[in-house]
Amino acid sequence: MKDHVRARLIKNYIFKGLVMLFAFISLLPLLLILYYITKNGISVINWDFLTQLPRPIGEAGGGVFNAIMGTIMLIVLSCVFSIPFGIAAGIYLAENREGKLSNIVRLCVVVLQGTPSIVIGIIAYAWIVAPLRTFSALSGGIALSIMMLPVIIKTTEETLKLIPYHLKEASLALGVPYYKTILKVVLPSGLNGILTGILLSVARITGETAPLLFTAFGNQFMNWNIFKPIDSLPYRIFYYAMSPYPEWHTFAWGASFILVVLTLAFNLIARGVSIKWKIQF
Amino acid sequence: MISAVFIAGLLFAIALTLFIQAIPAIKTFGFGFFVSKTWNTAAEQFGALPFLVGTLLTSFLALIISIPFSISISIFLGEYFKEGAASTFLRSAVEVLAGIPSVIYGLWGLFLLMPMVRIIETKLGVPPHGVGIFTSALILAIMVIPFSASIGREVITLVPSDLKEAAYSLGATRFEVLKNIIIPYARSGIIAGILLALGRAIGETMAVTMLIGNSNFLPTSIFSPANTMASVIANEFAEATGLVSSSLIYIALVLFLVTMLVNIIGNYVIQKISIEASKEVT
Repeated sequence: MKDHVRARLIKNYIFKGLVMLFAFISLLPLLLILYYITKNGISVINWDFLTQLPRPIGEAGGGVFNAIMGTIMLIVLSCVFSIPFGIAAGIYLAENREGKLSNIVRLCVVVLQGTPSIVIGIIAYAWIVAPLRTFSALSGGIALSIMMLPVIIKTTEETLKLIPYHLKEASLALGVPYYKTILKVVLPSGLNGILTGILLSVARITGETAPLLFTAFGNQFMNWNIFKPIDSLPYRIFYYAMSPYPEWHTFAWGASFILVVLTLAFNLIARGVSIKWKIQF
Repeated sequence: MISAVFIAGLLFAIALTLFIQAIPAIKTFGFGFFVSKTWNTAAEQFGALPFLVGTLLTSFLALIISIPFSISISIFLGEYFKEGAASTFLRSAVEVLAGIPSVIYGLWGLFLLMPMVRIIETKLGVPPHGVGIFTSALILAIMVIPFSASIGREVITLVPSDLKEAAYSLGATRFEVLKNIIIPYARSGIIAGILLALGRAIGETMAVTMLIGNSNFLPTSIFSPANTMASVIANEFAEATGLVSSSLIYIALVLFLVTMLVNIIGNYVIQKISIEASKEVT
């Protein structure tokens, strides 16, 4: 009898040990990735790396200024396209919780979220690049904004759902028109959630490469024209990593370091915003 | 309202565009596209079987590797340590893991995982390519762990505590509660999480493109270089014209439909579980 209980207890402890072991083994890749990026990346980064254009192979120096600027431009562009539609669709879903259209849109959001990024790249190619006959920053921005939409819609909807109904009722009772109620009462009280959603979606697209391969395409030089090809950090990392030159490999590590810092910063700010600006009802 | 219609229209337009652009390839090759194994640009003879096999092999291998880890994390966070320092640490670590861009996974895999795999391959006596299906599956496994783990944790915390308490009061150990109560109760949710991870693994492009070795032939072993559906698009689409690009878009269409199906089923299962759980509480 006692042996039986002991056997069960031992099994229990072994299982707990296994679970903890596996859980912590899966942290190993994360630590290794961060370690390698920091180790190889930080030594490359200096003022020149951040402010110079890439040089041809064989010439020392150079940097990724155009890629950093390109990434920032792409983020701004995709925000311009996706934020208005995303928030508006989120408001619609929160205001019409039942109904055929809402259910269809919800399903579409789910599907859109799961769509492989490379497919979205092809779509942007077919819609923008092919008619204009040139790779362009614009097409990259559109591809990325399609990727941002589901995140923004979902977070906007969830945030606005939590806003108590009497807030809206009070405003409507004062004779405020419906659109003004939405704009001045509902939206501001849900601002922190919406902002978190936007930041999270920006963090998601900052590192996206696949949709940029045949839309924004990459560019050796600095470019401010949105109808011309533009460089971006993830593309530059891909390009350098696949090249056979060791000097370019170190550049890839440096660019990765910047990219990881950027995405982590967006994630952290998003979390900070959601905690700090939390409105209690 | 208009933007809601816009979103629905957007998805419809995406499907339609893919379909229209794929029509030349569909007309030429029909469904034989998926059983033919030649991909020859010069002869304009295209078959997607190598990529289909590559995608299936990498994603299922990745799932098999990732399952013990993701389930461990979900049990760890959902049952053993619901709060406290260890839980917060693990949870934020998993979140960071999910936030790292895939191109960086690719870079890291190229310079760390590839030499390691090469050593393993030399020991096993297979040609040491370093890149190939196995390497890609490893990196994919790391990338999908956060997804299935976070969904697994959610469904495990949804298990009603009266069920667990009843089992404890009968003298069950924690392992027995987990094995006989929690896992069976959360099974469909865990499977849904794995399904969503599968959808992610199928569509993942960059890391796989960098590590799979870009070979258009039918893979002969799990160590041989290959191409997945996503990576062949990434590798060839920029230079493709005519029938080539149409065939690639055909592949993209299939990719889109498969991930759509996987996502809809996974989300449906999860939604059903959370509705059931909220019913039991009230």
